[in-house]
Amino acid sequence: MAQFKFWDDINSLLNMDGPVNGPAPRWLKKKEGASNSNTSSSNSSYNSSKLKSSSLNSTKTPSKGKSKTPSKTPTPNKACRTPGGDRFIPSRSASNLDLAYLKLMQDSTTKSESNSNKDVQKAIAENVFGTDITNQKILTYKNKAPTAPQGFQNPMKVLYTQVKTPASVKVNSRYIPQAPDRILDAPDIVDDFYLNLIDWGSHNILAAALGSHVYLWNADTGNIEQLMELEGNDYICSLSWIQDGFCLAVGTTNGTVELWDCSRSKKLRIMEGHSARVGSLAWNSYILSSGCRSGQIIHHDVRSREHVISTLSGHTQEVCGLKWSPDGKYLASGGNDNVLNIWQSVAGSYHSQTSPLHVFTAHQAAVKALAWCPWQPYILASGGGTADRHIRLWNCNTGSCVNSIDTKSQVSSLLWSTNYKELISGHGFVHNEIVIWKYPGMTRVAELMGHTSRVLHLAMSADGSTVLSAGADETLRLWKCFPKTKDKVKDVEKIKVKPSVLKQSIR
Amino acid sequence: MTSAAQDIQSAITVKGSADIVCDYLNYGINSILFQRGLYPPENFKPDENYGVTLWMTTDNKIKEFLLKTLDQLRNWLVDKAVKKVVLVIANVATLEVLERWDFNVEYEEDTLTNPDKVSSKPIKQIRNEIREILKQISASVSYLPLLDCLCSFDVQIYTKGDIDMPSEWNETAPAVIQNAQSVKMRSFSTNIHKMETIVTYKNDI
Repeated sequence: MAQFKFWDDINSLLNMDGPVNGPAPRWLKKKEGASNSNTSSSNSSYNSSKLKSSSLNSTKTPSKGKSKTPSKTPTPNKACRTPGGDRFIPSRSASNLDLAYLKLMQDSTTKSESNSNKDVQKAIAENVFGTDITNQKILTYKNKAPTAPQGFQNPMKVLYTQVKTPASVKVNSRYIPQAPDRILDAPDIVDDFYLNLIDWGSHNILAAALGSHVYLWNADTGNIEQLMELEGNDYICSLSWIQDGFCLAVGTTNGTVELWDCSRSKKLRIMEGHSARVGSLAWNSYILSSGCRSGQIIHHDVRSREHVISTLSGHTQEVCGLKWSPDGKYLASGGNDNVLNIWQSVAGSYHSQTSPLHVFTAHQAAVKALAWCPWQPYILASGGGTADRHIRLWNCNTGSCVNSIDTKSQVSSLLWSTNYKELISGHGFVHNEIVIWKYPGMTRVAELMGHTSRVLHLAMSADGSTVLSAGADETLRLWKCFPKTKDKVKDVEKIKVKPSVLKQSIR
Repeated sequence: MTSAAQDIQSAITVKGSADIVCDYLNYGINSILFQRGLYPPENFKPDENYGVTLWMTTDNKIKEFLLKTLDQLRNWLVDKAVKKVVLVIANVATLEVLERWDFNVEYEEDTLTNPDKVSSKPIKQIRNEIREILKQISASVSYLPLLDCLCSFDVQIYTKGDIDMPSEWNETAPAVIQNAQSVKMRSFSTNIHKMETIVTYKNDI
């Protein structure tokens, strides 16, 4: 019993959370002793021992008597001995929580009442802009400076994106599925080598011309809608999406070029000017270049009433290939007269000069397949028809043929991969295959078989991962041959995340 | 006698100081337009100044824009009404502000009280200070993010509230960049105007 009481006291001394109750004061003990006088003498002996111990605990107190007063607590000494005794322990008795709570609540209510809206705004402005904006004006000159010509690419790109350009994949063993990802039906597709009936726009909408109809296939949702239909025996000869937007240009057999707004399925205008069918179209900002069976190329300014800007007569037969370079500097045109012309754009404008910069006559057949390199905008790949069968690579800055390779088959279409340093070409007789070539070595990476008749057109999705081929066997096949690999995506992220060392050192 | 003559020679008035500041801005802005690749490099020609080669635009419209802006700025600098000049670079398609070059103007202590203050700081020293900043601007391409889209630029002048607005000028909103990071360049002072250059750019992570 007595021992327990002793331990209770010790515990109450150590316990700092509870109310402060040191050893009971003498008067209390006396009272207690008086009431418990009939208890054993051991109790009193305990009392004396307890006094001793308590006096031992408070060794620094000068007098014994004082140590027993309730106000004098041995807390400081005790605290030193307890583990973690150097922590700051606030004295609860000293803080008036009720008052603090009241003050807090009062503050928030009075503040919102006293501060008018303007003051708050001023304070925010001072924090955000560093100065009080109510007393300042921000002025600019009304006549703004012009922006850079459209299609202009930041030359600094070379400095920054050396890693981002599709560096040749080190592992050649990239898995390329040999079977198409999907097959779509394309009934009534015109089997004509000289037309351009497929285009895949930047909004992931594929436009396909089947006979006299134009269909739009949304690659995201899979929806198909018919955009237009020509009457009589006319059929669509060419399609081309504007670089960025929902405007689709449609070339027809009667020599007109129609502009359609595909977001509203509405015809915007009809532009005439050609005497025969329009088999090829190419956009460069607001300039639409159209190539005709007569061999003429017309630059249309789609914004103005007098849309014909200039007419190029560089071909004697049908123009079947027409492509603007990604930076808008060159226009390449290929004709059934086996000639490939390069036209330089007029400085400060989007149309080209009327005399060709280069005339390449190396091809022995019609030049329909044309593709500009996405990362070197002066490199052009061109493919010849049945009698030629060659893919040739040209440097248009120097006007030289960089490379040529015999494909043993008619080249109907060419595309550059944007994800890999590779080209893809569509072929006709014998195998009707699609071939992936490594650039610049021009070695075969893969051959994709499947079409039962010649491949007419190729188109690439906006993300560069999927290629669509249109065959004369009335099918459209989707090939997932340039998937963005995970580590590639990661690489790009890494480059973005990693801040340059210079950033940290230049101050 | 000679020393007095020299003193007069190296004295810079408030107007002269404004000229120096505008000259720096002209070269600085042209240099930024070239270095950040806003316009094709064919449209620039080299110009030797401050002991470094700087690329100046040959586009007449840009030239005229800068000339008009800086002419007006010069007047306001003399009136001590300018707080800061900001070159804003924004994406043409989305109008998102991608980069902001702040040229903060401060007036050295007694400039505001004494309108006829004359600075005796040697012009050579000022030009050296400017050269260091122009070098830093050229070097900034190594850490600033690539402007991978068509961009336009605009010059905003922060003035005092009580200024008369000229007819061909507009009030605009301040350009704010989301998730911005900024780097402070060196500064230079003519002992009348003090100019601080800070570039703020979008921190793309």
